[in-house]
Amino acid sequence: MNSELIASRYSSRRVAANVCLPDPSIDKPWTLESYRANGGYQALEKVLSGSIPHTDIIDTLKLSNIRGRGGAGFPVGVKWSFMPRAADGQKYVVCNSDEGEPGTCKDRDIMRLNPHALIEGMTLGGYVMGATVGYNYIRGEFWEPYQSVEQAIKEAREAGFLGKNLFGSGFDFDLHNYLGSGAYICGEETALLNSLEGKKGEPRFKPPFPAAFGLYGKPTTINNTESFASVPAILRANGDWMDGEWFKNLGVENAGGVKVFSVTGHVERPGNYEINMGTPFSELLKMAGGVWKGRKLKAVIPGGSSVPVMPAENILKSNMDYDSLQQNGSSVGAGSVIIMDETTDMVAVLERLSYFYHEESCGQCTPCREGTGWLYRILKRINSGRGTMEDLDTLLDVANRIEGRTICALGDAAAWPVQSFLKHYRHEFEAKINAGITHSYPTANAA
Amino acid sequence: MSNPNRTEKMLSDFSLSEIERELSKFPADRRQSALMAALRIAQDEHLWLSPELIEYVADIIQVPAVRAFEVASFYSMYELSPVGRHKISVCTNISCMLRGCDKVVGHLKNKLKIDFNETTKDGKYTLKEVECLAACAGAPMMQIDHDYYEELTPEKIDLILEELK
Amino acid sequence: MSSIKIEVDGRELEAQAGEMLICVTDRNDIYIPRFCYHDKLSVAANCRMCLVEVERAPKPLPACATPVMDGMKVYTRSELAIEAQKGTMEFLLINHPLDCPVCDQGGECPLQDQALGYGKDDSRFEEQKRSVPSNDIGPLIATEMTRCIHCTRCVRFGEEVAGVMEMGAPGRGENVKISTFLNRSIDSEVSGNIIDLCPVGALTSKPFRFSARSWELRNHNSISPHDCLGTNISIQTLRNEVERVLPVENSDINECWLADRDRFSYEAVNCERRLTHPMIREKGKWKEVDWETALAFAAGGLTTVIESGSAADVGGLAASTCTLEEFYLLQKLMRGLGSCNVDHRLQQSDFRDDAVAPSFPGSEAAIADYSNFASVMLVGSNIRKEQPLLSLRIREGWAAGKTQISAINPVQYDLNFELTNCELAAGPNLVSRFASLARAIASETSKSLPEGISKLADASNLDAAARQMLEAADNGALILGAASQQHADASLIKAIAHWIGDATGNRIAVLAPANSAAGWIANCLPGSEGKNVTQMLSEGLRAFILLGTEPELDSIDGKSALTAMENAEFVVQISSFTSESVNAYADVLLPMAAFAEAAGTFINCEGRDQTSKVAVSPKGEARPAWKILRVMGNFLDLNGFEHITLDDVMEEISASVNLGSISASSRLKDWKIGNRTPSEKGLFRIADMPMYRGDVTLRHASALQATADNPAPCALINPKTIESLSVKDGDNVIVKNGSGSAALTLKVDSAIAPDCVHISAGFPETIRLGGHVMVTLEKA
Ligand SMILES: Cc1cc2nc3c(=O)[nH]c(=O)nc-3n(C[C@H](O)[C@H](O)[C@H](O)COP(=O)(O)O)c2cc1C
Ligand code: SF4
Ligand code: FES
Repeated sequence: MNSELIASRYSSRRVAANVCLPDPSIDKPWTLESYRANGGYQALEKVLSGSIPHTDIIDTLKLSNIRGRGGAGFPVGVKWSFMPRAADGQKYVVCNSDEGEPGTCKDRDIMRLNPHALIEGMTLGGYVMGATVGYNYIRGEFWEPYQSVEQAIKEAREAGFLGKNLFGSGFDFDLHNYLGSGAYICGEETALLNSLEGKKGEPRFKPPFPAAFGLYGKPTTINNTESFASVPAILRANGDWMDGEWFKNLGVENAGGVKVFSVTGHVERPGNYEINMGTPFSELLKMAGGVWKGRKLKAVIPGGSSVPVMPAENILKSNMDYDSLQQNGSSVGAGSVIIMDETTDMVAVLERLSYFYHEESCGQCTPCREGTGWLYRILKRINSGRGTMEDLDTLLDVANRIEGRTICALGDAAAWPVQSFLKHYRHEFEAKINAGITHSYPTANAA
Repeated sequence: MSNPNRTEKMLSDFSLSEIERELSKFPADRRQSALMAALRIAQDEHLWLSPELIEYVADIIQVPAVRAFEVASFYSMYELSPVGRHKISVCTNISCMLRGCDKVVGHLKNKLKIDFNETTKDGKYTLKEVECLAACAGAPMMQIDHDYYEELTPEKIDLILEELK
Repeated sequence: MSSIKIEVDGRELEAQAGEMLICVTDRNDIYIPRFCYHDKLSVAANCRMCLVEVERAPKPLPACATPVMDGMKVYTRSELAIEAQKGTMEFLLINHPLDCPVCDQGGECPLQDQALGYGKDDSRFEEQKRSVPSNDIGPLIATEMTRCIHCTRCVRFGEEVAGVMEMGAPGRGENVKISTFLNRSIDSEVSGNIIDLCPVGALTSKPFRFSARSWELRNHNSISPHDCLGTNISIQTLRNEVERVLPVENSDINECWLADRDRFSYEAVNCERRLTHPMIREKGKWKEVDWETALAFAAGGLTTVIESGSAADVGGLAASTCTLEEFYLLQKLMRGLGSCNVDHRLQQSDFRDDAVAPSFPGSEAAIADYSNFASVMLVGSNIRKEQPLLSLRIREGWAAGKTQISAINPVQYDLNFELTNCELAAGPNLVSRFASLARAIASETSKSLPEGISKLADASNLDAAARQMLEAADNGALILGAASQQHADASLIKAIAHWIGDATGNRIAVLAPANSAAGWIANCLPGSEGKNVTQMLSEGLRAFILLGTEPELDSIDGKSALTAMENAEFVVQISSFTSESVNAYADVLLPMAAFAEAAGTFINCEGRDQTSKVAVSPKGEARPAWKILRVMGNFLDLNGFEHITLDDVMEEISASVNLGSISASSRLKDWKIGNRTPSEKGLFRIADMPMYRGDVTLRHASALQATADNPAPCALINPKTIESLSVKDGDNVIVKNGSGSAALTLKVDSAIAPDCVHISAGFPETIRLGGHVMVTLEKA
């Protein structure tokens, strides 16, 4: 079907910077031609034909202060320096385009609008880390972004930006797309590796870390789509070639550069906003048109469903960077800013989030497999007016017994919302228990 | 392990060549890496993965059938029982919930006269509830087959279904 | 790896850098609870029961997956550790049924034990408990999957150890259901181990189900009679009945594993077809009598035969599962009578090298070495089914990337490792192909190949296999399996093996069935004066003494065996079981103690002697075979039958053999290549002995008989070969060999060597066919 009704690549709004999301004025930014016309593949060409030492690139990335955009915020330059570049044998770079964190929709746009930036970033990564093969793991539902990157890979291969002996440097790099099949857990980097090996997406216990034992047991580096896609622009440094300061100075201390924030929920203009790190939240909210329907702000989850919820007063005094959000009780996560207005039923929201973690738990480790279902079922009872005050203690206890005891951080991600919602909105849970009313949001999910 | 005496051919030449293409992305001794793609390709041809089809794919990839079944049952996009020709997947996760996915769900259920995980009598549609599909800025949204539809309203849904007819 | 020091609960411990914490604590008897961890399986770290506190780690860490580091301080009983373990326990119990009173695992359940230590009395879980459907996965293992705690030990065992992934963990989250694909049966020959591995009552023994509680059972350490390893077992009994058999860990032999054959054969002990009273045949009718009468009758019958002819008219045959003492007394009795016609090698047919044979067929390598070889060459060996635990060892080396394995086999057996080179050759071709291997070795090493061998070689090229063996040198093994030993030209094969062993340095293993080594060491052999089993059976004798054997089923050549028995004037059968065919030809039935009912000595392929003990007293009037033989000696007025205890027998044996110092060598004392057995035209019958048909005990073990490893006999044929015949797949056919024939269904199977038809021995249906012979096929 070729309907206008199908969501188009142009639907999201972009502001401030154009590192990962291209300037809206560029026509068909996803084509090689457009990308080239706007400085694309210059970084790769310079690095490869100029035989720039990989350490220089790592130094630039370290200086630029770019931190991983997938959620954990680990400095990219530091991660790249962990790879045993000189070691014999195959090494891999893997891009995490699984984008499953509720509230997050930025990588989809990067792949639809700017696939060549991702390809260039991964190729540079391959060069820096001594990997000749890369895989881009795309979540299974992303058929359109998958096609977009497939097309771009084809163009890049034909143009000689992927393949053998790139720019006569002797460096080979090939890149393959890999389509997942529906599992949030595959966003966790070791589950992603297992999935790439054709297995169930069960996270691996760490150590060993992927840099030592990754895909097929070989040294592997995994970064988020946005992390890779930022690299060419950081090296180009807006003309000041390889000057890490340029990117760094766009942001603040401890958080270099710009980042895409997906602003969703109760706002006038939901969308992806690529803005300077450290921008006050209130400004971001303004860009997004403010709370919808003229209502008041109640709460914000600033980094995707896994990070703690922040009441309005806390988020309104925060800036959008790692330190500030942390000081105020949450974190940047994947930069997925979920806005909730004054009418929001926090019990219903938490029930829905708990359902998500219960549904997406891979099931291998005991606390998460058993605990997420338990959390959800208690919340479902409370939300339908069948809860007890003891349930609230049990909820916290169960959450505490999941947190920090699991193989991967999904357990933590399931526990944090429970802990933070109860911390800030316990009265709403108590009110539901006391009133015994049924929930105001008809939660759609089947138990 | 495999069944060497099987003769029935369950996939078209096109599907088989697609599987070969996927296999070529990986080292020769890592055929299993193409298992997920092979299952997807098989499902594209048959709409759902019967146990026989899973075993057939397992034989092509050269893994034990139970291994392939583990994978097929782990990922939510594989269908292990028959579905309609179009799969309508509605996101009900937080951003869509905040922007009224309940109306989308209600409208679809009423219109198609089915509940989640059911198929219309004419075998045309199957309705599914899914987790966040990463189109939160376009909430509420749904996916039909490969395509995303965003900023849904009951009227827009009617138009979309009209076009699918 | 370097040695480091860590501190656990205040104790300083030695450790190897990088090993997992739980290995260190286990070694030092510091208890850390666990469900998923098992030292023979990969680390899954999924149950989270082994969480402990590690200094400076912000979270509790799983001891099973935390590598130790120098100076690390660990607290296994601190508040944090105990809280974490209790938390896991609570999670495990919320969905676990509290059905311990009706659960077979009760009393030996780590979950139950640990729940006592860590669980809470009342649950605050108010939701509905999960229930999981259980499916029938075959005759050996009962399932109750609601009890499953998802430790994945059974899945990992199949994939990693057994080499067949039958159990899987499909589904996600709390919907993961450990199961087989499409609820198919578990067919692995070592499947019973998952019963031991399952830490809860999800997988239990079907034959054992509900028969006893573990705390009521008495343990009797013993030795399994069915393999050539001398697998260590514990026979568990209740009120003088064998209830089950479990492995006893022995790192040199069976590690912690047990093959299903050895685990479930005990069912025969309790079966209905036990022979419980002495019986004699009078005027064609069977009659129960007392021992005195029966023994007098037996002695009388034998004496009559000898007096009307000579002692050489009597022969003695023993099953390969007999004990050293039994073998010894049988041959002593025979020799006392004046006959050297005594043998235990019912599955062998070529005895030309007896005079130069080593002291017993065995393995020049220790069992533990089998997981470390660089090369293994299988010749005529379906090792997975013949010696399952040895096969696991070889698989371990293969899976670790250490071992390359090649084979010259009559059938492309379904092995649990992959072959680097595989030659499909049966009958005469097997010898030719093996000789070609020798030729390839000669040319690689520029050694001169004896003419006898080069004459046998065919045109095939086995250079790759030859190089594999040569590169491994003394870290390689050459294994001769059942098909080689049963071969009509087995002496040629052994001679070639000898030459190859010398030329490559590889160690030779002749893996003979069951306790054969003891049969050799006890001299249960004809020597140069007596007749071997083939001569006895094909030429016939006037009288036989059978010890624990039904020759028509134990022998590959059932036809000769049955004919010999039918034509004999007098047959004394000493057995634990009754059988129609034996009843038809025997004259006296003397009930002998079955497995678990008698003590005795087993000698394994390494030459290691081990003793089994009495676990239960014999059923009915049955008596240990050694006692029967001893008293028969008295009835026959023979000298030297005054033993009072089994030890007396052993003492007598020890006077001539020093059991402590026997070592396995498979080299011949001197060898030459004999002539090839002339072969006729036709299809060569590959007659293997299926794994649960090889001895009389196994044939009476009902659950084993119902497994997939025991299919009804049929005729299997290569698809190419069938093209030249006027029959097709699925036809009912008559297979003929001379006067013998069998009616069977024909099935096409590409695993069978061309120009052959594979028909199992050991079944009544195929007795009349003769052994490895040429047959013809016609449509029924
Ligand atoms: C449950 C779970 C889900 C995750 N999902 C994603 C995801 O969808 N995309 C992503 O980039 N990272 C995700 N991560 C984080 C990755 O494990 C990993 O830290 C990241 O891909 C590293 O890339 P970066 O350093 O560039 O951020 C997830 C982590 C967890 C624990
Ligand atoms: S925490 Fe949950 S998702 Fe992560 S490994 Fe454990 S069961 Fe799987
Ligand atoms: S024994 Fe360590 S996690 Fe299970």
